[in-house]
Amino acid sequence: MKMFEISKEPIDIQAVIDKVVQREAGAITTFIGTVRELTKGKKTLFLIYEAYEAMAVKKLEQIGAEIEQRWEGSCVAITHRVGRLDITDVAVVIAVSTPHRADAYEANRYAIERIKEIVPIWKKEHWEDGEEWMGNQLETVAYPSGKPEESDMNE
Amino acid sequence: MNKVLFFAHLRDAIGGEEFLSIDASGKTVAELKADLTANYNLPKMDTVMTAINEEFASNDEVISDGDIIAFIPPVSGG
Repeated sequence: MKMFEISKEPIDIQAVIDKVVQREAGAITTFIGTVRELTKGKKTLFLIYEAYEAMAVKKLEQIGAEIEQRWEGSCVAITHRVGRLDITDVAVVIAVSTPHRADAYEANRYAIERIKEIVPIWKKEHWEDGEEWMGNQLETVAYPSGKPEESDMNE
Repeated sequence: MNKVLFFAHLRDAIGGEEFLSIDASGKTVAELKADLTANYNLPKMDTVMTAINEEFASNDEVISDGDIIAFIPPVSGG
């Protein structure tokens, strides 16, 4: 069973949840990331997601390993979609099971924040008046050493 | 030889190719970045991370023959 996947097809949410079912678990949290129509008043028509698939899977596996180390007894499955997505389409599904509910919420939040830091996936926004790869103009994140710093990883 | 992969806006900047074949062995990541920036007018390379063989690498890492290099613009998944 592949716990960490990049998918060109629509994500089967229940299938991701089923991967983390375990007898030791008292909770499963599911995060479903969807395509939003309005960002700061600007209307998105659709998105294109692109991934460096081989590395993206490795980085998702790394996030899973970090979670399993940090939250004892946790089990993680993540599927991220690529290709063209329309408004309300599901872009990512993260399922985490843990013995107790607080950990399941925390660990799931950790997973999505880490995806936004280290997993090589990009989205191109298409608007009525143009298109743009996101992440390239914000200039809020710079990597002077060429790779993420430890402090970036722990934010 | 080395396969050098480009994604997102960097791929657009080099004309839509998924990768270039370049002999970069013996160069550091920073040197390769500088060469490519000069040749292709790549935007904002200071915000771009680099991977060697699918693992993040720092600017001072030296490239070996056969290494697969990827330039990783700030990611926007999720």
